[in-house]
Amino acid sequence: MFKIINKQTLRQVGSLMHRSQSTLVIAEHTNEKLTPITLNAITAASKLGGEVSCLVAGTDCAKVADELSKVQGVKKVLVAEHAAYKGSLPEELAPLILATQQQFSFTHICAGASAFGKSLLPRVAAKLDVAPISDIIAIKSPDTFVRTIYAGNALCTVKCNEKVKVFTVRGTSFEAALTTGGSATSEQVSTPVPVGMSEWLDQNLTKTDRPELTSAKVVVSGGRGLKSGDNFKLLYDLADQMHAAVGASRAAVDAGFVPNDMQVGQTGKIVAPELYIAVGISGAIQHLAGMKDSKTIVAINKDPEAPIFQVADYGLVADLFKAVPEMTELLKKK
Amino acid sequence: MSGRVLVGVKRVIDYAVKIRVKPDKTGVVTDGVKHSMNPFCEIAVEEAVRLKEKKLMKEVIAVSCGPQQCQETIRTALAMGADRGIHVEVSGKDYENLGPLQVSKIMAALAKKEEASLVIVGKQAIDGDCNQTGQMTAALLDWPQGTFASQVSVEGDGLKVEREIDGGLESIRIKMPAVVTADLRLNEPRYATLPNIMKAKKKKIASVKPADLGVELTSRLEILAVEDPPQRQSGVKVESVQDLVTKLRDSGTL
Repeated sequence: MFKIINKQTLRQVGSLMHRSQSTLVIAEHTNEKLTPITLNAITAASKLGGEVSCLVAGTDCAKVADELSKVQGVKKVLVAEHAAYKGSLPEELAPLILATQQQFSFTHICAGASAFGKSLLPRVAAKLDVAPISDIIAIKSPDTFVRTIYAGNALCTVKCNEKVKVFTVRGTSFEAALTTGGSATSEQVSTPVPVGMSEWLDQNLTKTDRPELTSAKVVVSGGRGLKSGDNFKLLYDLADQMHAAVGASRAAVDAGFVPNDMQVGQTGKIVAPELYIAVGISGAIQHLAGMKDSKTIVAINKDPEAPIFQVADYGLVADLFKAVPEMTELLKKK
Repeated sequence: MSGRVLVGVKRVIDYAVKIRVKPDKTGVVTDGVKHSMNPFCEIAVEEAVRLKEKKLMKEVIAVSCGPQQCQETIRTALAMGADRGIHVEVSGKDYENLGPLQVSKIMAALAKKEEASLVIVGKQAIDGDCNQTGQMTAALLDWPQGTFASQVSVEGDGLKVEREIDGGLESIRIKMPAVVTADLRLNEPRYATLPNIMKAKKKKIASVKPADLGVELTSRLEILAVEDPPQRQSGVKVESVQDLVTKLRDSGTL
């Protein structure tokens, strides 16, 4: 009998500890649509074992809040609508998150490690006087995380003894949460007085019909070897045969072949597609940092000594100006 | 044309070095390894010096936190055109624990003490890859932030900053005083010429301790292990495009 009581007590204590975890995911969105990396962040948040809430702040949140309420694993959607949230400026969002934190006392606050999350979360952490953790690739326990350092050349396991754990999540390291089957409640949160020290002016987004780089199943990337922006057309043609996104090395961006937002690497985007085809890219440490977790890597390069061949599953030593059109033709045939 | 710019510079293992993880998993080998200024910090220094050359700022102060060798990094910034340096001495155990939270507290304290109207730092250090210090400095000062800047222009009492974001670029206007973090495309850092390197030797570097600034260095982050990432299986060379496509199809990748 004592045994039974003990077991029950233990179970209660266990579930209490479980319940004491609570995570706030800061949703990234365009007012129209949820940004996919938020779904990866929700999966990471679910791994912590506690209740997961999502904060949607913007000028028009109804659509995104509705989308989020159906996402599996989300318990509560907190909605903050205000004209001051135009452009998602961290100066305005940080006080909102702090006010929300005061009200609900989350143990964890996270977001995807995108330009949005990277800009915002450290600002929140400093206000809470806690050290944040960037771009985590795994969660070992509610206070122990794994992240990469030195351009992905070392894995660092960190134990965080802060009262609130603030972190960003590498999207490619966690599956996206399912967008159906959830049934979260929705709640308005009060919005602090606007700070007004920054103002969003405009955006100049690169328009493309191809899949988004960080979530594409296949990525075709070009480097200095392409020699000009016009020659990137060869890669676009190849990419179209595989429904692939097109990326680039820093050399290609610096030379003006393609815009910055296509850069893959330590300081650009981190991708981990099923198939990564590196064309005319030597494979510098900084580029490898952004793609070496791809499932299959193909390298097409005329230099047999190029470091990219050390990580490539399939390497073809050839002139890309011959090989790429040939490959495009072969894929057309099926 | 009255402002003062504080530039944060970090000494890191040179970007071209292939790092080695220590066998005891406590970190990476740094002894006897080539170090240099973090590439993003060079861009920050260049931007600060250009603002001074355009007479939009009157003084550029380079700051580095860490052991004695950081003075070389500050010297490099002085040779690029910074006016004076501040070395915040941190060594031993404190240096191992020195993270963005501690550095941002130091930067914020110095920004106030020196009455800076602008703090420029790199967007990230290539060793820790944290991408936090600028944002945290801005938060502690309650200043606006222009992160991942690819263009900065002074407009009246504020700054117009063009930022590199995921889908392209965006422009914001922020009031000064402000914090800016430099992205790769902000500028092309100059090389320090020999005469400028010689001149830099005469410039002053003040040494201070974090405690002088009222900054506590305790850290609540513990590094449990630093390890090598999993190695990829070595691949195969294919002879032709046909061969490549066949192999990709056979393996189910295509």
